[in-house]
Amino acid sequence: MGADMSRTRGVFWQGVRAGSPFLLVIAPFGLLFGVVATEAGFSLIQTMAMTALVIAGAAQFASVQLLVDGAPVFVAILTGLAVNLRMVMYSASLTPHLGKALTWQKVLMSYFMVDQSYGVSIEKYERSPEMPLNEKVAYFFGVISTIAPFWYGFSLIGGLAGSAIPPEYALDFAIPITFIAIVAPSLRSLPHLAAAVVSVIVSLALSWMPYNLWLMVAAVLAMITGAQVEKWLEARK
Amino acid sequence: MSNLDIWLTIIFLGIGTFLLRFSFIGLVGDRKLPAWMTRHLRYVPVAVMPGLIAPLIVWPQATGGEIDPARLIAAATALLIGSIFRSVLGAIFGGMATLYLMLYLLG
Repeated sequence: MGADMSRTRGVFWQGVRAGSPFLLVIAPFGLLFGVVATEAGFSLIQTMAMTALVIAGAAQFASVQLLVDGAPVFVAILTGLAVNLRMVMYSASLTPHLGKALTWQKVLMSYFMVDQSYGVSIEKYERSPEMPLNEKVAYFFGVISTIAPFWYGFSLIGGLAGSAIPPEYALDFAIPITFIAIVAPSLRSLPHLAAAVVSVIVSLALSWMPYNLWLMVAAVLAMITGAQVEKWLEARK
Repeated sequence: MSNLDIWLTIIFLGIGTFLLRFSFIGLVGDRKLPAWMTRHLRYVPVAVMPGLIAPLIVWPQATGGEIDPARLIAAATALLIGSIFRSVLGAIFGGMATLYLMLYLLG
């Protein structure tokens, strides 16, 4: 039992080590969110509540941007959720590995399911599927135990600094640049590129539509484009 | 954007996101998503994010909706750095640095 415990602890620390390089991404990202939300008119409590309840940077940026644009609340919520739809995929792919964990563990792991904790953990599980369940759980918590505190902490620092940043810094452009940065690395795949191009063209063409509905139309058409191009490429093989 | 709007967004986005994450691991269990669904879900981020920001880049509010060469060049730089070097941070810093440089040179 004792040896088992220390083994599990060892796996936890492996997770910590595997997750720590991502602090280089999380810290500036959290900082930026704190600044952007405060600049947008969020109070410090609202900024931190969003960071703690949602923990999904891209969706948070998207919803804040839409509220700033004067979109109705349901559009801000739906768009944020659309950005987070990929979590369903993460959840499905983690289930064979973590589905038999205790319920409280699954609730916590769901809360902490972000791009980095998912990506790092699934890579490890697929490399060593024979890992016992308690070690898989420990590894996941190891990965997130560095990432989450940095996300909260740097959002807080950004939120405190936010209103002190003068307009010459053109932070209105921080969200567009951040989204380009998130999406750009995937554009070397043809279906992703096609989806992005359709998304841009349709949203610009339909931007006269009320309630930011152009975004929903553009997203659905772009998604179908990506899926169809992928299918077409597969059929050609 | 009222205080209530902000709180409603935070709460519903928080609950909704949790349910998306909990969906399979906690509720559906060990069943595979149908192939057509994963095929579409894969493109959700790349379908939503470019559309969301395209109008902000072409018609930025900071310039009252006028096309702004500095912002266009900065966006293009971020796109190039991100797609060539696959570096998220490089694209953010490169893009913002270009924006400041262009605002200084053109502004």
